[in-house]
Amino acid sequence: MSVHVTPIRVYLLIFGALMVGTLLTVWAAFLQLGAFNDIVAMAIAVTKATLVVLYFMHVRHSTRLTKITVVAGFLWLAILVGLLLSDYFTRGFLAG
Amino acid sequence: MSERQGPRRQHYLNATWGLKSWLLTKDHKRIAILYLLGITVFFFIGGLFAVLIRLELATPAGDMVQPDTYNRLFTMHGVMMIFFFLIPSIPAVLGNFLIPLMIGAKDLAFPKLNLASWYIYMLGGSFALWAMFNGGVDTGWTFYTPFSTTFSNSYVIATALGIFILGFSSILTGLNFVVTIHRMRAPGLTWFRLPLFVWAQYATSLIQILGTPVLAVTILLVAAERLLHIGIFDPALGGDPVLFQHLFWFYSHPAVYIMVLPSMGVISELITAFARKRIFGYQFVAFASIAIAVLGFLVWGHHMFVSSQSVYAGVVFSFLSMFVAVPSAVKVFNWTATLYQGSISWDTPMLYALGFIGLFTIGGLTGVMLSTLGIDIHVHDTYFVVAHFHYIMVGGAIMGYLGGLHFWWPKITGRLYPVFWSKLSALMIFVGFNLTFFPQFLLGYMGMPRRYHAYPEEFQVLNVMSSAGATILGVGYLIPMIYFVWSMRYGERASSNPWGAVGLEWETTSPPPSHNFLEPPTVDHEAYDYVRRAQEQRVA
Repeated sequence: MSVHVTPIRVYLLIFGALMVGTLLTVWAAFLQLGAFNDIVAMAIAVTKATLVVLYFMHVRHSTRLTKITVVAGFLWLAILVGLLLSDYFTRGFLAG
Repeated sequence: MSERQGPRRQHYLNATWGLKSWLLTKDHKRIAILYLLGITVFFFIGGLFAVLIRLELATPAGDMVQPDTYNRLFTMHGVMMIFFFLIPSIPAVLGNFLIPLMIGAKDLAFPKLNLASWYIYMLGGSFALWAMFNGGVDTGWTFYTPFSTTFSNSYVIATALGIFILGFSSILTGLNFVVTIHRMRAPGLTWFRLPLFVWAQYATSLIQILGTPVLAVTILLVAAERLLHIGIFDPALGGDPVLFQHLFWFYSHPAVYIMVLPSMGVISELITAFARKRIFGYQFVAFASIAIAVLGFLVWGHHMFVSSQSVYAGVVFSFLSMFVAVPSAVKVFNWTATLYQGSISWDTPMLYALGFIGLFTIGGLTGVMLSTLGIDIHVHDTYFVVAHFHYIMVGGAIMGYLGGLHFWWPKITGRLYPVFWSKLSALMIFVGFNLTFFPQFLLGYMGMPRRYHAYPEEFQVLNVMSSAGATILGVGYLIPMIYFVWSMRYGERASSNPWGAVGLEWETTSPPPSHNFLEPPTVDHEAYDYVRRAQEQRVA
């Protein structure tokens, strides 16, 4: 099986992108966006995490099996959060 | 059954000598033995707590131990049995020993990691034992908040830390199995030729990898709240105690399947071997394991019907819980169909397998009852629930573990155990188990709550029956312990395949050589091909 070797330039680019993301997060925190403050912060964080998983954790050039494994991990997290929120979001329904 | 041995043959047990050769071994078979010793110690410690609980409950008055001591007894019983015995039992002992043999590999994919898993397990166990000797913990094995984080005056952190550490052992074992099953199968051993025990272990490993980290996070949050007073679960600090229950059961309900799925894998091997038939509906049984592993993650809210969990979420969890019964039923029906017109023999492992089917069916069906919202609210926190989960965990998981141990003992040790005593103990365990736990269904239905050390006098007859049953069950567990140890020195030597079963593990010698097979095996037929075996024997 051939092993993909990522050029150092790509790592530096990703590192730069992560730093920009961090600065963006700080900058966005000072904007008055109401409820969107959280959404913007989360969107930047998820983008940064995706870059880390794809490049620093080498998932982008891994086998399909590795990719499925990674996706399964996030799917399970979604199950945990999704079903958990199904409780919190519907607790007040009866009272209403 | 036996074969005369000529010159001393080298195998994994006598390949090297000395304590160091065991403590630094990378041989999956020796590591399985190390686990066997570890979990047996924890099984008997957990059993000792059960004995004390049943002694206290023999009389209605709380006259043997103080209420606080009783809380510690049932908590330590649960902690020892679930985390330190049941969860590692079949995967770490039988899985470790058998997976490489069953797939024709020399070892697991990561032998050093395998040994590290055992050390991590022992380290976690040491923390729990330290906590136990210092007074134990009184929160129940579920560590419900805010009691565990704010009010309990017992060794919560030490015990929880033990479980936290143990979790890594479980994750690493699961990881090792997944990689091994994917990468190290013998030539010709396709996925649909794998023994169903391997499928079950694979499904179990997925749960271990995906679920256990959530438990670890939850324990850390409990520690953060208890030590640093960060408000996560305690309402007084701005937290939500039901959040703990969500996170805890997200792992701990699938953990039930970590316990019972490997047992189901064992039963598939036993039923086919002692009915001399290929399994009915191989692919259905294989995918039922995966379905149970996946669906098992969607049902945790049924532990929380009587909490502030939303009724709407409760309805969803109720429906999903009933749904998980489908793949479990597929397995039970397929095992039964396998027995149909089989050439059945009544060897000891088969007694355990048949016992499993009956007891697991009762445990499963009462589980469907409990997943119904109305019934669950009536019997919540009563002995009905205690009886239900013991039918799954003891009637299911331990019956499978013991059945598997009896089936593969000749392979593991190269020795046979006494038939009479083994059948007697299997019978005692079956009778003792039912006498212990069936009365608890009745007690629970009549309203006796769990976790109390005293009860009204009208419940005494059923409680005495339960305690009497526990005595029979306890003796039933001691007898195999004695004859297994006895057989290692005095037992008749076993041939490579004393049961006439099919499977790669039976094609190597008993006990196997250090690298499992003298010649690397290849596979050109499906699992459980007893017809082909019979034809070969006729030709021979």
